[in-house]
Amino acid sequence: IERYEKVYTTNAIKTSKYNVFTFLPLNLFEQFQRIANAYFLILLLLQLIPAISSLSWFTTVVPLVLVLSVTAAKDATDDIVSINMLQSERWMNVQVGDIIKLENNQFVTGFLLLMFSRLLSSPHPLLSFSSPPSFLYSSTPPLRETNLKVKQALTVTGDMGDNIQKLAAFNGEVRCEPPNNRLDRFTGTLNNAGQKYSLDNNRILLRGCTLRNTDWCFGLVLFGGPETKLMKNCGKTTFKRTSVDRLMNVLVLCIFGFLAVMCTILAIGNRIWEQRWGSDFTAFLPREDGVNASFSAFLTFWSYIIILNTVVPISLYVSMEVIRLGNSFYIDWDRNMYHAHSDTPAEARTTTLNEELGQIKYIFSDKTGTLTQNIMTFNKCSINGKSYGDVIDYNGQRLEINENTETVDWSFNPLADQRFSFHDHSLVEAVKLESPEVHTFFRLLSLCHTVMAEEKREGELLYQAQSPDEGALVTAARNFGFVFRSRTPESVTVVEMGKQRCYDLLAILDFNNVRKRMSVIVRSPEGKLCLYCKGADTIIYERLHQSCSKLMDITTEHLNEYAGEGLRTLALACKDLDEKYFKEWQQRHHVASTALEDREQKLDLLYEEIEKDLMLLGATAIEDKLQDGVPQTIEQLSQADIKIWVLTGDKQETAENIGYSCNMLREEMNDIFIVSANNTDDVRQELRNALNAIKPGAEVFTPVTSLGSKVKVIKDEEVDGEFGLVINGHSLAYALDGSMELLFLRVACLCKTVICCRVTPLQKAQVVELVKKYKQAVTLAIGDGANDVSMIKAAHIGVGISGQEGMQAVLSSDYSFAQFRYLERLLLVHGRWSYLRMCKFLSYFFYKNFTFTFVHLWYAFFCGFSAQTVYDEWFITLYNLVYTALPVLGMSLFDQDVNDMWSFQHPKLYVPGQLNQYFSKTAFFKCALHSVYSSVVLFFIPYAAMYDTVRSDGKDIADYQSFALLTQTCLVFTVCIQLGLDMSYWTAVNQLFVWGSLTMYFAVTFAMYSNGMYLAAPASFPFIGTARNSLNQPNVWLTILLTSILCVLPVVAYRFLLIQLRPTINNKAAPLPPKRRAKIRRSSTRRSGYAFSHAQGYGDLVTSTRFLRRPAIVPSSGFTLLGRTTGFSPMGRSAGYSPTGHAQNNRPRDVEATSLQMYSTAQTLGL
Amino acid sequence: MPKKELETANRPDNTAFTQQRLPAWQPILSAGIVIPGFVLIGLAFIGIGVALFLTSRNITVLEMDYTGVETTSDCYKCSAGTLPNCVCNLYFTLNETFPGTVYFYYGLSNYFQSYRKFGASRDDNQLSGDTYYFTSPLAVCTPYQYDVNNNPIVPCGISANSMFNDTFNLYQLVNGSKTVPLDGRGIAWWSDYNIKFRNPTSDPLRNAFNGTVKPPFWSKPVFELDLTDKSNNGFLNQDFLVWMRRAALPNFRKLYRRITGPDYASGLPPGNYTIEIAYNYPVMSFNGRKKVVLSNVSWMGGKNDFLGVAYLVVGSLCIVMSMVMLIVYAKFKFPDDV
Repeated sequence: IERYEKVYTTNAIKTSKYNVFTFLPLNLFEQFQRIANAYFLILLLLQLIPAISSLSWFTTVVPLVLVLSVTAAKDATDDIVSINMLQSERWMNVQVGDIIKLENNQFVTGFLLLMFSRLLSSPHPLLSFSSPPSFLYSSTPPLRETNLKVKQALTVTGDMGDNIQKLAAFNGEVRCEPPNNRLDRFTGTLNNAGQKYSLDNNRILLRGCTLRNTDWCFGLVLFGGPETKLMKNCGKTTFKRTSVDRLMNVLVLCIFGFLAVMCTILAIGNRIWEQRWGSDFTAFLPREDGVNASFSAFLTFWSYIIILNTVVPISLYVSMEVIRLGNSFYIDWDRNMYHAHSDTPAEARTTTLNEELGQIKYIFSDKTGTLTQNIMTFNKCSINGKSYGDVIDYNGQRLEINENTETVDWSFNPLADQRFSFHDHSLVEAVKLESPEVHTFFRLLSLCHTVMAEEKREGELLYQAQSPDEGALVTAARNFGFVFRSRTPESVTVVEMGKQRCYDLLAILDFNNVRKRMSVIVRSPEGKLCLYCKGADTIIYERLHQSCSKLMDITTEHLNEYAGEGLRTLALACKDLDEKYFKEWQQRHHVASTALEDREQKLDLLYEEIEKDLMLLGATAIEDKLQDGVPQTIEQLSQADIKIWVLTGDKQETAENIGYSCNMLREEMNDIFIVSANNTDDVRQELRNALNAIKPGAEVFTPVTSLGSKVKVIKDEEVDGEFGLVINGHSLAYALDGSMELLFLRVACLCKTVICCRVTPLQKAQVVELVKKYKQAVTLAIGDGANDVSMIKAAHIGVGISGQEGMQAVLSSDYSFAQFRYLERLLLVHGRWSYLRMCKFLSYFFYKNFTFTFVHLWYAFFCGFSAQTVYDEWFITLYNLVYTALPVLGMSLFDQDVNDMWSFQHPKLYVPGQLNQYFSKTAFFKCALHSVYSSVVLFFIPYAAMYDTVRSDGKDIADYQSFALLTQTCLVFTVCIQLGLDMSYWTAVNQLFVWGSLTMYFAVTFAMYSNGMYLAAPASFPFIGTARNSLNQPNVWLTILLTSILCVLPVVAYRFLLIQLRPTINNKAAPLPPKRRAKIRRSSTRRSGYAFSHAQGYGDLVTSTRFLRRPAIVPSSGFTLLGRTTGFSPMGRSAGYSPTGHAQNNRPRDVEATSLQMYSTAQTLGL
Repeated sequence: MPKKELETANRPDNTAFTQQRLPAWQPILSAGIVIPGFVLIGLAFIGIGVALFLTSRNITVLEMDYTGVETTSDCYKCSAGTLPNCVCNLYFTLNETFPGTVYFYYGLSNYFQSYRKFGASRDDNQLSGDTYYFTSPLAVCTPYQYDVNNNPIVPCGISANSMFNDTFNLYQLVNGSKTVPLDGRGIAWWSDYNIKFRNPTSDPLRNAFNGTVKPPFWSKPVFELDLTDKSNNGFLNQDFLVWMRRAALPNFRKLYRRITGPDYASGLPPGNYTIEIAYNYPVMSFNGRKKVVLSNVSWMGGKNDFLGVAYLVVGSLCIVMSMVMLIVYAKFKFPDDV
């Protein structure tokens, strides 16, 4: 196959920004693109102009250099980290047109991985007896509720096998569609030797899949890197900023405006002063040539820009980054978010979003692997009217099953899977007692399925199932002594209670979504013909023989009980067949299956005919295991006013079922709306009906408030009662349309629970985008697989579930941890604290800088508006960096208003964050007013106290330098005390920082005003002696005391009164008695989903002779049991697909399309 | 067990710091702290306020304007600035003893020593006796950096050039006039006199100033400021030092002399006095005022009623506030408990 010379995207993805030489210039260039840094550069340039330089150059340079170097260091570290993340380079070299070899079962963790490849050829498997030539499975890992996907190579290429010479000599041309994100479709042709072969979805492998059931295959790379379907589905990577960041941008602009206003006022003041006083004072204060009052005012404007620059504090951004970094480390370090089982700690992958974790209003959660473990376990069963699976004590009381409950010992069965656990010994007893019903029950389970067994070593069985449910059932049968050993197209080999028996497989009546059942017809070694059927209880019940009615009643009771526990059930039935009738039926079946017209229908009719008068055997109950603590976490989060939407690729029934078992959907809910229409009008109508049901008479037009010209925001509405909304992917495609999205969103927001099922990755992102667009709320998306990537990227915060091998979600996420339940701690504790700390930090930071700066404003009236600073220049340089930096950092890193236990006990404490209550424009304004007050006190108290006064020895103390020292000392004390007031959690570190900073202030001040410093550089340290002469005066200290106390006391009084008069949730929370966490019990009687993969089965394949060519290995004794439930390596994931484009919607309604895989990562390839 | 270790290799450390469980003091603004706190602060402030107020009240200050704005003033003749070496007298009478050591200040108002350029226009290197800057003063000294002939001005700059040059003599009028001795030593800060300002090391002093010129407004060069006392000459002249310690506000007073003579060590006795003023410094042009101030001092420095009053007011407000808070607390606390 020729490699095209045309330029294709290579598989490489570049992530590092710098190299050693470009780092400095590039980084500096980048940094100066930030407004704040550019602003300080301009300031620096202004300061170099002597006429307006009101401050020495070092006042700006020192902080700027410090800030730049800290940021540069951080950037450099980030870059080094991302370089290290680049893995094996060979994947980068893969190009479109290459033929590569992929091997079975291996995957490479890492994001560089593969391309979109099409397998043209696959060899005969070397070891795996169940794999056909030219067939491949792309994987369903055991941890995912996914189907294996069958891929088949073209005959023309498949026949080449692993003959590399032949492969290399193969000459052909592939024409195919351009890169797109549609996972279920592919069209193209292969031209070879004048022949055209059509290529469809069955001939391609997607990036991220894992190869199964074949040892290797060859493939041609069609698309690489970002052009692959997986990457096309990932959504755009956007640089995420927090709402505090956005608010800060607005505020900084406001501050700039305010700065300009202040400077203009002061310039006007200067103009007036120059005219009225300055022009008379020229005898002593001559003006420079060409400077008149107006020009002087102009210069003053710029001089004041320099002096008042501290309103936009340069260290603010850097401090914010440090705080976020610190709070991110806390997440990394948290042992309560460490999952010991998988040895996975939580990880803050983004260190810039922490405070937003405290403001989450909407959570979008994936289901499989996120809410559930994607482990199906055979939990209970009802056989012949007796329910097994519960542990009953001697008093007949049902015991709760926990880790310590004694499990059944499988030693009697050498082929058992030791990982399977069951607690009810009576079932084993029943098996051992050879109860015929029990035996038939398990025989059915071992025969009626499409699982394939792989036995690489004897006794080491690996099951490869279409769905985890099936795997669980077959594994259960295996452990109870009915071991499915192997299959050929015509037979199934089972080891029944140690005896190997081979059943002739006469027909598989496969599963589909309408039939909701599957049957097999087998002939036992004894020659008995039997039909075994399993399926959804309702379907089976319709087909039972009347004689079963009594058993039906009992079994129905059991089924209801199982359903109440959230288990997925299947009813099992069997039927002995008459040889003659079957022969005749088989004849008709053969005719029907080769019919050219209406084949499906004809077959359905035949199936319908034979599957009747069944004898009920019992029922199975499979648990779709939720992750630990999921219902409790969801309960806590909804207590915190967080809305949780489940967006899943799963079938509606599965999704609903999980909704119930997570306590998101409840029986007591007023109504649960299910939207599953197939055209625009129906969807609209269903949504309107829902709206009317929730809010009768609600106006059809959504209440929208416009913010500015473009942004619309839907307000939150009050609802009476609780409602749930379930919408499927088809309807969602319409609901997300521009004309309906507001209606949909409104209905969805009125509901307590929203579940979207069968949604595509892109739709997930669209839902998130929709909420982001119209709700002024912070969103979080949590998921574990590649199909969640787009939503994780779209949401404000993306959380990946780590610890399982799927990496794609984690790699695109901002935070990752191993269990869904850690979300509670991430939000309610870490998020809340981060938000609180950030808000406290910002309020305080603005306060201290505004106060610092505004004093200049008042002094302007006493220095002829000449841009004379109140403070010593060194103090200006060091104020933000040395004297006040650490205490506020300490507060922002350690503060806790309530501890984590309180946060859990009072989820409502989270609400202020969602409402932006701790830091908003109002809070900022208040903080500015507070600063004005403080600055007035800070200037006028020293002013009045020093006016015309002298030292106690009659010498000067009202001089400029003493006044500067006095004011700055007052300021340092005031901001320190204010910090003490703001800080609610004084650790030793905080004490050290606060007292240390005060000590530092005096130490540095005395040092800089010392003789030695002056003698070393007289012009730089003109304040010599001021500290000594001033700070030994009692009236100076009395002034400092008065000023600091006067600044702070009103704040204390205000806060105290506020607590009394308008207690916030925090104040209220404290006196409440801690409430015990109620154990959530489900009391649903709703029938759960049935335990099928909900996809078209592949019975055809199983019975295809081409497929199963090799005979089974003849089993012998001496097994080593290492087998696992299913033999897949845990990787990749599934996603149901439903179309986003309208062209897709005319698919047949009755049969669900086979679900497609999104593969999370890797395949291994050996070139 | 290596396997065990491997399994938990990523487990975060269990320290109080990483788990955010550092022991901490968690103060709360509870009624039990805030209300008594306010009362205590209030009482303490009232106490301090009373002490300050009484002290300030006991300080005697005599302030006399001699700008000569009013035609009745003796200095009116000088205020126009047309008479060279104008001398005027300022009479005052003390009915009772002016107790304690009396300090003699001159005061200026509407005088913007606080203007940025005024303060900045000086060369501290020069003033610390560094002769390099005698030949090339700093540029901030402009327009008093070089004179028209490009000779460097020492001391350069607006600050120095504008030095106050009125001189005062105080006489007690008892049987004619009796000079009250005024002590001009030790009126500047010790650190200014000993560290910050240094004369260049040359003998005689004037040699160091060769090639430089005096500030244009000065009548004599800096090395002739006090030819009688070497230690008060040049940059160490205490009047110069006092002037160069720039005032923070446009209205200020600066120490001129202390009255320490044997007859007056414990205060000025009652009687008539006159101050003979050599009126040189023009302030009328910018609407400024000049005054002389006689004052004694206390532990809290000069007279300043503000601090005492402020303490009293703040203390009282604290008491009032504590009552308000007590009422609010009492009123709102109980429904909460129900």
